[in-house]
Amino acid sequence: MEAAMGLMRRIPPKHTETALSALLSLLPQHSSDLLSQVDQPLQVLCDVDSGKEFILCEYNRDADSYRSPWSNKYHPSLEDGALPSAELRKLEIEANDIFTIYRDQYYEGGISSVYMWEDDNEGFVACFLIKKDGSKTGDGRRGYLQEGAWDAIHVIEVGPEEEGTAHYRLTSTVMLSLTTNNDASGTFSLSGSIRREMNMDLSIEEGHLCNMGRMIEEMESKLRNSLDQVYFGKTKEMVCTLRPPSEVVMRLPEA
Amino acid sequence: MADVEESELNETQKKDIAKWFLLNSPPGEIQYVAKDVKAILDDDELYEEAASESFPVYNKSHMISLELPDRTGDVIITSFGELGKNEFLDPRTAQVAIIDHVKQVCTEVRPAMDEELPSPYIEEYRCALDAEILKYISEAYPKGVCSVYCGSGKDLEGPGSDFELVVVISAARHSPQNFCNGSWRSVWNIEFKDDIQLVELSGKLQVGAHYFEEGNVQLDAKHECQDSTIAQCAEDCAISLASIIRHHETEYLASLEASYSNLPDTTFKDLRRKLPVTRTLFPWHNTMQFSLTRDISKELGIGK
Repeated sequence: MEAAMGLMRRIPPKHTETALSALLSLLPQHSSDLLSQVDQPLQVLCDVDSGKEFILCEYNRDADSYRSPWSNKYHPSLEDGALPSAELRKLEIEANDIFTIYRDQYYEGGISSVYMWEDDNEGFVACFLIKKDGSKTGDGRRGYLQEGAWDAIHVIEVGPEEEGTAHYRLTSTVMLSLTTNNDASGTFSLSGSIRREMNMDLSIEEGHLCNMGRMIEEMESKLRNSLDQVYFGKTKEMVCTLRPPSEVVMRLPEA
Repeated sequence: MADVEESELNETQKKDIAKWFLLNSPPGEIQYVAKDVKAILDDDELYEEAASESFPVYNKSHMISLELPDRTGDVIITSFGELGKNEFLDPRTAQVAIIDHVKQVCTEVRPAMDEELPSPYIEEYRCALDAEILKYISEAYPKGVCSVYCGSGKDLEGPGSDFELVVVISAARHSPQNFCNGSWRSVWNIEFKDDIQLVELSGKLQVGAHYFEEGNVQLDAKHECQDSTIAQCAEDCAISLASIIRHHETEYLASLEASYSNLPDTTFKDLRRKLPVTRTLFPWHNTMQFSLTRDISKELGIGK
């Protein structure tokens, strides 16, 4: 298992799916560990009732079907598939609506889905998912990207309410890849994945949704920032170490 | 039980998976990947097979350089200098390095035989270009190595036919303690066209970098370019070719830097903006506003 995680740290992030399925077939005895520890690019299905797309993950899966947050129905249809309680479903509907607006404001497109379910210790768990195709053939408003994918997975465990506050544990993963391609500079491709955790005790005066939303917004900004500044920056630093830009002035060939 | 056995992979499939992981190792990391692959396979014989088939391919495609045991220089592992499975020519010292692909070391050297080397006529061009490229490398790459091979026409005795030289530049930096590795590889095919008295260059540049402290981010950049110059004597040719190569590689580096500086405000923005379109943090506290915004976005047709 340790070796498997070691490999996942080195294999190019754009090959995550292939790498994961290879590991699953080599190590079937570790399949549940692998699936829970390795994040893979998000898949999408279309809700036949609402005509809207929704995101698939382990948290809305029952057997081979996935529950849509829009109609609350499983696709393909499944009799007695697990559903959240009526109260939690109400929060889930609201979360999906609000998160749609949040997603539009930050992503100018893309798809989002929120799933919630009761957990064993009187609290609940919520999973916020965003998938954005930023390529010029997808939702890329500016048309710079030949290929561009952003998948964000936020899982928040919300503890039971105690004296007006609750404990929130957020685990977030962002997977992205972007490629630009033009005659002058060739193909330039960056891909990556990072995962971080955040813990907070917050008053529930303004409601769970408000607290969870703020945490996700802060986390997404942090992740975006560190990808941009730290991770991309480190690869740039490496390039400039290999061939420093401050080269001596070009010598002209002697006549 | 029978089902489980049926779904289990056969040896060939396991080996193919092992090879896939090895060949997809980032620059300078195949030994680490190999250690993990070996542990996962848990079958030394199968691992040895996978390794012996993958390492030569990886070494050549990454154009790794190995120090010659007599410390007279480095040999670049590339198909242009490949004489046998484990034998690679070092044109500068006219030696043949015998290497261990899996250990990635050069174990011994032998002098090259006459038939393995170009004719004196070709060697004049090759040697002159090597000297100029060496000068360029020492100025532009802190840890670069280069070789100039004869690609075709190595037995020509004088003018009258076409021949080809290949310039290979390889620079690698491994810094596992800083969670960072990278490599720069250039291959310049240079065709000397006798009938039109022209020298045509075509370059393939490839740059890779991997940063993996609490994450995994990789750069993969490729570029191809063409140029040409008029045929001259060996020395003058070498000088203008080296200057063309320097020019293109300097421009390419500048375009890489430009790609990086375009990230925050243009390219990356198409994935996710730094701030919402409203330029203020999302108003989570004001749920009343949401229904209002929702209506507006519906009207504007931007909601999904």
